[in-house]
Amino acid sequence: MSKPVVYPLSQPANGAGGPTGTWRTERPVLSPEKCTGCLLCWIYCPEGVISKKDRSINYDFCKGCGICAVECPKKAITMVKEGGQ
Amino acid sequence: MKKILDTGNAACALAVKAAKVDMVAAYPITPQTSVAEKLAAYIGSGELQAKYLPVESEHSVMSAVAAAAAVGARVFTATSSQGLLYMHEILHYAAGGRLSIVMANVNRAVCAPWCLYVDHQDGVSQRDTGWIQLYAASNQEIYDSIFLAYKVAEAINIPVMVNYDGFLLSHSMMPFEIVDQEIIDEFLPVFQPDWRLHPDWGGTFGNVTPSDEYAPFRNRLADDMIKAGELIKNYAREYKELTGHWHGDLFDVYRPEGGEYFLLSMGSMAAEMELAVDILRKEGIPATGLRLRVFRPFPGAELSRLLPPDAKLLVFDRNHAFGTGGGVLLSEAKSVLFDRKDQVKITGQVMGLGGEDLPGDYLAQKAREMMEVLK
Amino acid sequence: MSVKIKDFSDVEYVLPGSAACAGCPSTIALRIVGKALGENAIMLMTPSCAVASIGLLPKSCYSLPTLNICFASAGASAGGLSLALDALYEKGRLKGEKPTVFNWVGDGGTYDIGLQGISAAAERNDDFIHFCYNNEAYSNTGVQRSGATPLHAITTTTPLGKEVHRKNVPLLMLEHRIPYVATASLAYPMDLYRKVAKAKSIKGFKYIEIHAPCYPGWKFASSDTVKMSRLAVKSGAWLLWEGEYGRLTLNNPTSLLAKGKMELLPVEEYIKSQGRYAHLMKSPDKKSYLAELEEEVKRGLKFMAGRAELI
Repeated sequence: MSKPVVYPLSQPANGAGGPTGTWRTERPVLSPEKCTGCLLCWIYCPEGVISKKDRSINYDFCKGCGICAVECPKKAITMVKEGGQ
Repeated sequence: MKKILDTGNAACALAVKAAKVDMVAAYPITPQTSVAEKLAAYIGSGELQAKYLPVESEHSVMSAVAAAAAVGARVFTATSSQGLLYMHEILHYAAGGRLSIVMANVNRAVCAPWCLYVDHQDGVSQRDTGWIQLYAASNQEIYDSIFLAYKVAEAINIPVMVNYDGFLLSHSMMPFEIVDQEIIDEFLPVFQPDWRLHPDWGGTFGNVTPSDEYAPFRNRLADDMIKAGELIKNYAREYKELTGHWHGDLFDVYRPEGGEYFLLSMGSMAAEMELAVDILRKEGIPATGLRLRVFRPFPGAELSRLLPPDAKLLVFDRNHAFGTGGGVLLSEAKSVLFDRKDQVKITGQVMGLGGEDLPGDYLAQKAREMMEVLK
Repeated sequence: MSVKIKDFSDVEYVLPGSAACAGCPSTIALRIVGKALGENAIMLMTPSCAVASIGLLPKSCYSLPTLNICFASAGASAGGLSLALDALYEKGRLKGEKPTVFNWVGDGGTYDIGLQGISAAAERNDDFIHFCYNNEAYSNTGVQRSGATPLHAITTTTPLGKEVHRKNVPLLMLEHRIPYVATASLAYPMDLYRKVAKAKSIKGFKYIEIHAPCYPGWKFASSDTVKMSRLAVKSGAWLLWEGEYGRLTLNNPTSLLAKGKMELLPVEEYIKSQGRYAHLMKSPDKKSYLAELEEEVKRGLKFMAGRAELI
């Protein structure tokens, strides 16, 4: 006798808070030639949108807080205004 | 099976031991205390293989057992009066979360002013928390109700409160029969929930829910609460077949034959009411006792079925429904019988607050007063 | 035990696209904590920013099994859950290694409404880790004062600045003589990771409080969350230490600051870019306010250094 699970349960998912990339007014842009791979940007990203492997950034969810740009010891990340020129 | 003489609290603790619970959390409050003490002793001695969490408040009691139930443990706690009131927030959480908790509530008056003795204000004040509520009238019924409570709670994922009267039952020695462990094990096998809060199952439990998702959860609880009535009846019969013990299903009906005046109550005063029925019958008054065993879900259809056309219902409430002029049972009975097309008449009185003694002849006198009102 | 960031697991326990504010200190901290604890863990939360961050049912930004319990419940619920697991594993109902049970609770649920239950769990030595991410206010409900709000900070319920001192709950925990208590900072991730790993390895009650500068609450730029954490430690406004069974050890750089081997950054450097202190910076009494805050920092350092000498 199996019955449906009645508990109020949610499952892990990307974008549980919505398409949070749309919150952004500035986007972080990495200059790979300056990056030494110290991984501070990766560990300090509140969203975990920076790849540990290659520091690529998932702009679907990056909220543009700018912590990565402030914390990068080599200034390899710059914040660029969204919305073009 | 063997018969022993002991208190209601002892009967409760013995049943919880036989139910092989995994965890007990409790905070002492008069008159519940000896339930907690006895269970701590059973666990300490190894008679009951379980864990005991000596928490610092009743709010924490219910918080602890709710979380323990979420990992799929069979849990138990007991409380009374202010302790139950202090749990109120988590009572809602436990029912909304569909957690299969069983709790004994040893009924006691609420403050202010302080009073240690029985009435039902504590239990009925939790009416709309989504808990199933049973009310026992003897130590045997306390013992048997614990197994029924687990059976129902685990089948339909709704927590169950087993209520019994402080001191009158909790501290009174009465003979009751202990059921053999194999029979209990057959009736109540190990709890196997279909989900646990655990890495092997996963999931986030109870996060913020949008309106359109929220309502179905609450409505399903409301629907399942109604279904629980049938389950209680079925399981009570199943238990009777295994043990021979029977206290009625949703109501315990006393002297139904030719009844015209129906005396409705619950708890130990309802057992005393049988004496009142005998007195009235001797006077030629066709009285019948209706002892409500299940306060939630409120068995409205069953009550209506028990009442013949033009019956007169006399309601004995050991609580107030403030602002209605009567008690909670009176309000409930009136609401479920509203649709009757015949001339069922209903009245009620509040009595027995704070442990006021309610002997049979006094209850008979109260019944006569109510009959006058209905004339 | 020395850990490097490159050794941290790349498994994520806070998934991208949470409902947290940009620059949230709670999600940064929880990402590191998750990496230190691993997948065999169960999390409990009470109403807080961390709950508001989850997103709406049926989705969740957290990949660990998570129980959203009521506000005052953290101590008892985690204790009850952990004890129930002990029973189920002992009875063979669950197999394998018992998961690490931990609370992820703000300063509201720790310092204020939840303190009784947490103190009781500490005294019972229940087996779980209580994390307090301390953003020094009820940020979730729009930044009202809490017991962790520091002197003079403006919140929506202290519009003229808080007139009384914050509590020292980590110190209270130390005096419960629990197996492990630590304070931590986002700006020192290896120290945080080490403390979490240590707590995980110990049976009994563990308490870790992480300083969590909140940019909308404290009114600074969202990019400066970690910078603010660092300034708090360097100015002595937040102290790094750990304790075992009542024995206290100061950690660097707090230890160096206490010994005078490193110079304290002026408190002004820490508070000047926080809007919650703007009224002090603009006040004609700015100097005396700053002197009062410097005195508060020095008292804290002296007190904890002295306490570390005691036992």
